[in-house]
Amino acid sequence: MVETPTRVRATGNPLVHAAGAVLRPVQDYHRLAWIWVRAFAQYPASLLLMSLAVTVSVLAQVGAVVIVFGHAGTLAGFTVYEGLMVFGLAASAFGVADMFMGAVERLGSHIRAGSFDAMLVRPVSPLVQLAADEFSPRRLGKVVPALVVLGIALANIDVEWTPGRVLLLPVMMLSGVLICGAIWVATACLQFFVANAREAANSLTYGGQALSEYPLAIYGREIVRSVTYVVPLAFISWQPALLVLDRPDPLGMPEALRHAGPVIAVLACTGAALLWRFGLRHYRSTGS
Amino acid sequence: MRVHCAVYALGLRRYSTYRAATVAGVFTNAVFGAINAMVLLALFAARPEINGYDATDAVTQVFVAQALLAPLAIMGPALDLSERIRTGAVGVDLLRPVPLLGWTLAQDMGRATFDLAFRSAPTFAVGALLFTLALPGDPVRWLLTLLSFALAVVVGFALRYLYSVVGFWLMDTRGVWAVMGPAGPVLAGMLLPLTLFPTGVADVLRYLPWASMVQIPAEVFLGKDSLPGGGVFGGLALQAGWAVALLSLAAWLTGRATRRVVVQGG
Repeated sequence: MVETPTRVRATGNPLVHAAGAVLRPVQDYHRLAWIWVRAFAQYPASLLLMSLAVTVSVLAQVGAVVIVFGHAGTLAGFTVYEGLMVFGLAASAFGVADMFMGAVERLGSHIRAGSFDAMLVRPVSPLVQLAADEFSPRRLGKVVPALVVLGIALANIDVEWTPGRVLLLPVMMLSGVLICGAIWVATACLQFFVANAREAANSLTYGGQALSEYPLAIYGREIVRSVTYVVPLAFISWQPALLVLDRPDPLGMPEALRHAGPVIAVLACTGAALLWRFGLRHYRSTGS
Repeated sequence: MRVHCAVYALGLRRYSTYRAATVAGVFTNAVFGAINAMVLLALFAARPEINGYDATDAVTQVFVAQALLAPLAIMGPALDLSERIRTGAVGVDLLRPVPLLGWTLAQDMGRATFDLAFRSAPTFAVGALLFTLALPGDPVRWLLTLLSFALAVVVGFALRYLYSVVGFWLMDTRGVWAVMGPAGPVLAGMLLPLTLFPTGVADVLRYLPWASMVQIPAEVFLGKDSLPGGGVFGGLALQAGWAVALLSLAAWLTGRATRRVVVQGG
């Protein structure tokens, strides 16, 4: 079913070898995640109910956005559907990143329990093992409604859909997912040094999601600057929204920023990878 | 009674050991409070008054909610009881010469007292530093608010106890938590003040037990006449009513459950 990596390595072609090195973690992740999917599928009713419960929480947040825009009319010049587009972009990016990388936030408890040491001795990247741990398809309960909201919002906003825009949107969404994943890994690395830091990391992961679910301009210039230049949350929902709506930045930030998403995503992932390596090198087992 | 005091003190001590987690928790509550507050400030900048709330009232409620989040444990964690029912360890608890409900209540109140002092107070203080909050000038209202917070914590405990004790019938209460974890904060007025909900919906939600955890204490703090009965005492009466009703239900259900529980030996 899954191609074995040893076959890839057997050929002498260096290009194939490089492709194998890149694909290997993906294949490993796929295999580990599939084990968990099969495990969760043993209890289909439970899986379905858990997914529905997650969906309810997303719908509650959508309800909050609708209520806020319903009272305000427009926020930062955004109408309710434009606001829902911002929400949909943020919630889907964080949802997908959470599905694939969210498990890294349990690093601290793996270190305390000693199960991280077990991951280190296996011949698979510890980051892959950590991220695929307890991979649950129920998180689709978060992603699907977010994408539905995004779809409804995109259908109702007043935008001329040029081919450029249609192509740029998925690129920006992918960049958003990568940035969210990088934030997840980077904040998890904190737990290499400070045990019990999980809740503080949540203020960046879930807090970042809560922040980017609304048009960022409402938070004022200082905060928008810091989530543009320090923690790149602005490239998840805010800059892509400005790009799709073709609207001047209400805070007068450079227009080039709205095309910077993919570059920022690569930088963020590189940064997160370096942080992970740094953390891993300074990791000391608890000995238990 | 002496046993309960000892259990209470041990609960307090147990949670006071996680110092780094406490600091991290206050930080997170403050960040979420600030985000929610800024969203509501933007909303009230567009409409200065909604259903009797102004911007300051709304921001105050946000920080009351964030401050109470830890002592209420409204989004979890579940009581240890859930896991003890699942594993059967509850058999040991039932052997004790103290009723299960009282024991668990004393233990959880110890935790809540620690959280009120070291999570709620600092979170609220950070909110007061960052934003303008509506702080009552009358010392009596501060005392009544404290009473309201205490009642909120008891209601919160009773609900969590009920979520756990249904485990005697369901075996696993993770499903209950999966639904109530996200639904609780919405019903309580933590996600958004219930004041912003459509009036008919808000009027119903206000009388449900979840509102007694955040919405009613916030309105007691703000001294709003939208409280049931038109004032602070109506609000406190509603909270006390729910606390008594839910604890009675909990005691009755525990009695029913204990009669059917079978603990395997060996």
